[in-house]
Amino acid sequence: MKNLAALACGLLFGVGLALSGMTDTAKVLGFLDLFGRWDPDLLFVMGGAVCVTLVAFRFVLRGKPLLAAAFSLPTRRDVDPRLLAGAGLFGVGWGVFGYCPGPALSALVYLDLKTGVFVLSMLAGMALAGALSRRMA
Amino acid sequence: MTAYLTPLLGGLVIGLAATGLLCLLGRIAGISGILWNAVSGGLHSDNGWRWCFLAGLLLGPLLYHALSATPYPAAPGLGMPFAITGGLLVGMGTRLGGGCTSGHGVCGIGRLSVRSLMATVTFMTTGIATVYLLHHVWRLV
Repeated sequence: MKNLAALACGLLFGVGLALSGMTDTAKVLGFLDLFGRWDPDLLFVMGGAVCVTLVAFRFVLRGKPLLAAAFSLPTRRDVDPRLLAGAGLFGVGWGVFGYCPGPALSALVYLDLKTGVFVLSMLAGMALAGALSRRMA
Repeated sequence: MTAYLTPLLGGLVIGLAATGLLCLLGRIAGISGILWNAVSGGLHSDNGWRWCFLAGLLLGPLLYHALSATPYPAAPGLGMPFAITGGLLVGMGTRLGGGCTSGHGVCGIGRLSVRSLMATVTFMTTGIATVYLLHHVWRLV
């Protein structure tokens, strides 16, 4: 049941990404091109999504999840250098090619080689960051 | 249909999907985290929902393009070096920063997390700066 629910949510998420234009790198780069030929369309994606979560999460978090014993939520509240450095690096990568993780995965079904290479590089980057932070710790 | 309507509709659907995952499984729909935990943890039973969510993420666009008869977007316009560099940075950054556009942006802001709001402002800023430098200053693109 949990798996079926997760599949349905993932499916809906994927529909939203494709519908919104997030799986089109040209569209994303146009949105990030604030000081060039800015394409504001994708502002409405984040805006629309956040409007829903801002309202709906409040109600959902008052109760309990329907298929789990409790909510699994992040507990940290401090804004640390690692968070900002990571987010900063992520933004650079987003601006370099035009994919963030969700749209990159969804766009795999378009069967373009560069998208596949992007996703493999992304996984390598995740592994690398884990190895680096273990060494620094 | 106006140009803003489909992105807005897409955004609403994304918000609904994130709400569904929280309401049903009690989980944050943070895709970089779901992906990494699924891949690094393999197929153990706790990971089932993650693999199913990811499968849905792939099926969603197939379904959308088939049912709406909308053509696939153009293939990424930039070359392989950009795909590799971009992918590496996105992977490293999301792991270090503990989230991406979905986990920090859509869900984190939704639950009024200051960490997520700061992360979102940061990656939007560096994303815009990167496009500015690559396209207008260094003209590499």
